[in-house]
Amino acid sequence: MSTASALAIGLRTNLTGIDWLIMLVYFAFVLGIGFLLKRHMRTSTDFFLAGRALPAWVCGLAFISANLGAQEVIGMGASGAKYGIATSQFYWIGAIPAMVFVGLFMMPFYYGSKARSVPEYLKLRYDEKTRAWNAGSFAIMTVFSSGISMYAMAKLIQVLHIFDGLFLHFGLPLGWIFHFSIFLSAVIVLGYISLGGLTSAIYNEVLQFFLIVAGFMPLVWIGLKNVGGWHGIQRALGPAYTHSWRGMAHASTNPLGTQWYALVFGLGFVLSFGYWCTDFLVIQSAMAAESHLAARRVPLIAAIPKMFFPFLVILPGLIAISVPTVSQRMMGQAKTAPTSAAARGSVASGASSALVGRGLVPVKIDPVNGRVLTDNKGKPLLDYDLATPNMLLHFFPTGMLGLGLTALLASFMSGMAGNVTAFNTVWTYDIYQSYIHKHGSDAHYLWMGRMAMIGGVALSIGAAYFVTSFNNIMDALQLVFSFVNAPLLATFLLGMFWKRTTGHGAFLGLLSGTCAAALHTGLTLPADVSGVGIHGGWIAVLHVYPSTMAQTFWTAIWAFCVCLAMTVGLSLMTKPRDEKELVGLVYSLTPKPAEGHLLWYQRPASLAILVLAMVVVLNLVFL
Amino acid sequence: MGLDIRLPLGLLFLVTGGMMAVYGLFTHGSAIYEKSLGIDINLAWGLVLSLFGLSMLLLAYLDRRRMAAAPPVISSNDEAPSSRPRGH
Repeated sequence: MSTASALAIGLRTNLTGIDWLIMLVYFAFVLGIGFLLKRHMRTSTDFFLAGRALPAWVCGLAFISANLGAQEVIGMGASGAKYGIATSQFYWIGAIPAMVFVGLFMMPFYYGSKARSVPEYLKLRYDEKTRAWNAGSFAIMTVFSSGISMYAMAKLIQVLHIFDGLFLHFGLPLGWIFHFSIFLSAVIVLGYISLGGLTSAIYNEVLQFFLIVAGFMPLVWIGLKNVGGWHGIQRALGPAYTHSWRGMAHASTNPLGTQWYALVFGLGFVLSFGYWCTDFLVIQSAMAAESHLAARRVPLIAAIPKMFFPFLVILPGLIAISVPTVSQRMMGQAKTAPTSAAARGSVASGASSALVGRGLVPVKIDPVNGRVLTDNKGKPLLDYDLATPNMLLHFFPTGMLGLGLTALLASFMSGMAGNVTAFNTVWTYDIYQSYIHKHGSDAHYLWMGRMAMIGGVALSIGAAYFVTSFNNIMDALQLVFSFVNAPLLATFLLGMFWKRTTGHGAFLGLLSGTCAAALHTGLTLPADVSGVGIHGGWIAVLHVYPSTMAQTFWTAIWAFCVCLAMTVGLSLMTKPRDEKELVGLVYSLTPKPAEGHLLWYQRPASLAILVLAMVVVLNLVFL
Repeated sequence: MGLDIRLPLGLLFLVTGGMMAVYGLFTHGSAIYEKSLGIDINLAWGLVLSLFGLSMLLLAYLDRRRMAAAPPVISSNDEAPSSRPRGH
């Protein structure tokens, strides 16, 4: 990029001293918390499980913050701009019921079984091979997830030109910004988690939660004021964008391209329960709670702010397409020299309409040749991922902008931190202690934990560059994650609620569920992709789905059903375990937690009913 | 638990909110607020954040005083903290 164009763009992101100061203060606090907590890290339990001594509300906020990373804040804004308020299904159908279920029914086994991680529960309930499969796949997924967070953050810093002014000031080449961003985030995250372990990660997730709220609430406030409130959005976008259930009877009549039953079973049950109930990334914060009761309350407390998050992260997307369109050149979204040259070129040749996005959402530009990307009908594609960042830049003056960007950066980092602490626990307990070095001292495992963090961060950096060099790798990874994750739910549900399930049944069921997912994707194709390839149809095309989302839901449904059927069938053919060994691990063999001494409103079930009632009301309001 | 999270949380918001409010005070009426529809968002939101920070600090302080006044044994809560779960 030439200095002149960089300067012109740099003027636009225009960070001043106050913005930098806000960012610096935040990062000083983040590292400061690590230093303050270091004194308390005496045993491996302190380090890996936060000493199991945190209050429920702290763990609850960490529980939702752990997945409030890049995908959530940027992705939900993007989906809001693309699909409208129907995106809130990912919260109201796709998260809340699962969070209620894990709190009421599954937490007693995770917390009560004395397992230190989700794979360790599988070891206690089933056998070594089921754990090894889960621990291995989970470790790989966490490294890639945190690598993707890192990559996405560096990319965003580059696109928004946050560090451009700084680099120009010191005369450094702008090409280093990507590497600098990756390195900086790695050092900060490693700094605070290696000092304070899981406690530090959880505390920072709580800070980040409030920071996101503080940074995005004024955005929604000013944005809504600008477009004339919710009614203004309704007027500007029409009913398809502002009703969450309209047209769900048929796949062809709603923006998600799926029927209501695929939505409820695929998203609301398999995918969401599979994630919230079995992923150690979120479960780890509930396992750090101070008591059995607190652990059960964690997901329930988390569900309350979670159900209001659509207003904070999806609404900005809707506002972004409701405001009068801003031309792309004014938005300065031209990324590289060829891009801006191409942009100028096409303006000169009179094709300026091609450069106009929708509202604040710009058109998508090929990073290699700088051309505007179009779909197969020649219509320009929109770069929805920039909806939320552009909202920040459009409405926030300096000062507030510093806070907004800090919130965004914080969300990326805490996503990384959660993944690394989960990786590090699973590596140390489920891989290192189980298969490599069995009888070490507690101090040895504490040391190993710190080393694993360094290793985890180093691997994440590797993953971030790996993602950079392969164009489609992100899609491929999402696909692989879904193959591994979707069948897991069946394994856990059968394990916790059917005492007859055996280890052999569970392991082979999992494998066949994963194969079924791969097979289903290989045999079907979504209509909204360019052709056979990473998105499906690599074996043969037997069926075409209206959207990628519909294909994903059905892949999950197939994987779950095959895993369920195989596990049940094979369990019946193999020898069951002695019931005495399963006490505390299976529902029917475990005494129910005593709640007689609790007042009605203190019981988890009461909280659960309240949460569900609130979700029903929200759905009715936006029906 | 060694460190009450409300202390760093309150302090962070008090400092950040304070900085924004002061900055907003000095830039009140400036052209930078054209973006935010003429609202001095730094002053307004800075004050809100400071208030939130202060209330967190206050809660932490009150809790600490209560703990100091009625020290040992199990707190008035419904459960014994850090003990292993009962019924298993």
